[in-house]
Amino acid sequence: MTSPVIGQSDVHFGRFYPLRDSATMLRRNLRHMLRYPSMTLTLVGMPVVFLLLFVYVFGEALGSGIAGAASAGRAEYVAYVVPAIIVMTVTSTVQGTAISVATDMTEGIVARFRTMHIARVSVLTGHVLGSVIQAAVALVIVIGVALLVGFRPSAGPAAWLAAVGLLVGVTFALVWLAVAAGQACSSVETASNVLMPLVLLPFLGSGFVPTESMPAGLRWFAEYQPFTPIIETLRGLLTGGPIGNQAWFALGWCVLCALGGYLWSRRLFNREYGR
Amino acid sequence: MTTTHSPPAIAMNGLRRSFADHVVLDGLDLTVAPGTVFALLGANGAGKTTAVRILTTLLGADAGSVRVAGHDIAAEPDAVRAAIGVTGQFSAVDGLLTGAENLRLMADLHHLGRVTGRARTVELLDRFELTEAADKPAATYSGGMRRKLDLAMTLMGEPRVLFLDEPTTGLDPRSRRDVWRIVRALVADGVTVFLTTQYLEEADELADRVGVLDHGRLVADGTPAELKRRMPGGHIRLQLRDGDGLDAAARVLGPSARDDEALTLQVPGDGGIGALKDLLARLDRHDIDVTRLSIHTPDLDDVFLALTGNSAQEKAGVS
Repeated sequence: MTSPVIGQSDVHFGRFYPLRDSATMLRRNLRHMLRYPSMTLTLVGMPVVFLLLFVYVFGEALGSGIAGAASAGRAEYVAYVVPAIIVMTVTSTVQGTAISVATDMTEGIVARFRTMHIARVSVLTGHVLGSVIQAAVALVIVIGVALLVGFRPSAGPAAWLAAVGLLVGVTFALVWLAVAAGQACSSVETASNVLMPLVLLPFLGSGFVPTESMPAGLRWFAEYQPFTPIIETLRGLLTGGPIGNQAWFALGWCVLCALGGYLWSRRLFNREYGR
Repeated sequence: MTTTHSPPAIAMNGLRRSFADHVVLDGLDLTVAPGTVFALLGANGAGKTTAVRILTTLLGADAGSVRVAGHDIAAEPDAVRAAIGVTGQFSAVDGLLTGAENLRLMADLHHLGRVTGRARTVELLDRFELTEAADKPAATYSGGMRRKLDLAMTLMGEPRVLFLDEPTTGLDPRSRRDVWRIVRALVADGVTVFLTTQYLEEADELADRVGVLDHGRLVADGTPAELKRRMPGGHIRLQLRDGDGLDAAARVLGPSARDDEALTLQVPGDGGIGALKDLLARLDRHDIDVTRLSIHTPDLDDVFLALTGNSAQEKAGVS
């Protein structure tokens, strides 16, 4: 991953060290997270609250609805809803990414980085890597809570590995999008709201109820939006349902989103700084 | 000066930059010799910060050529970045990290290695009197401490050309003097300093050469002494006891500006000993009781009234 400005380097003034600089920036972001853990806790809190709400409040009713049998209930719904909650953990984490990127851009320190002979992209990759790690921690916590409330995945080691791979891909893609969105916002307040649609999208897909239960227009949207194939693939991997070509759609969306987010981010970062 | 043969540290030729319809820099030409201090003076909005942002590769120029440390800013921005250090008007420290961590971050970004980086951190903390606060988050620092940390971070990379954009604006007198002391030490080591300021006093203290920027143009360029000589506006201010005294003094001292409410009289003059003796003798001869006397040397207000008189009045008329 190299930024175009890197190509113009002058041989007399040394090379760039994108990996080393990214590691430095990553350490900076991890230190922020460790020192001020309230943000991470808020980000983890949301999917956990939704999980408990949907399992204990709506679980019984929705469970019998989706399974189409009166005998089905909360246990069946846990299996259905947890993949959506897992994906929601990622969308929740990237809200934090957008906020911390926007905060960074308002601070003078980024102007300082821009005047230094460093691999410029490292300012962004530091955020990306930090957020991926933050998401991984959040996912471990949320999956742990899911197991406690009765989630019993049938996945074997290979399926788990594939699920982890998918989640890393989804996180990576959404984080790049969030890094761009965080830069595009002129204030931290805007940045904290701009990715709200990402949190809502799983509801407008197959995350909480099957798309067949939705009215025609909504159903069409639900079946073609990116979160449906992602959630379907994850659900298939964890609980052994059919996946079909959903996996390809899921990967396609991830690649598209990561690439778009990266290019947009890079363009925003290289634009002229202030006046 | 022995530096006549070395290329200038900063050279700009016909530098122009506008934002939308607003021309901020309108054909700026200047050179700064290595190892010297150049101070760019100007009011808010004169274009000082824009000039610094262009010189430090944050902004592009619309026209003109600019070379910093021998490299063209447009063609080789990375070579320029490797040679410069910048301390902007707004503090560029990471408030969530401690002072020591901020410095180590800079050491890592300059690829100094763990041992050297730590040693330089300790040294800079000591030099900037920040050792005690080293392990506190920078967000808890006072304005003066933040500025010192900011400057210390800039110096981690040992820049050859240092840009300071209003380095002491908003600092208390003691911190201001600390910054001046540090800048002098750097110049003694051969660093070139380009600073912007609103304070003539600061330019006077530090600069070898001063440029005055007004409406994107350099309206004066010279040593502080040269500049001050071109500037009228020095005056002696007398405080009288009563209205009669004021009348008498105004009569005796000739053309002067009087303020009947404050009972003060401003007599033009540069405060030279001869003129002062003469003035006191005349007051004495006429038994005029002066309660207070003060001498005012030209300040930036005078600079602007003198050099940019018309435009200043225009501005006052518009607003």
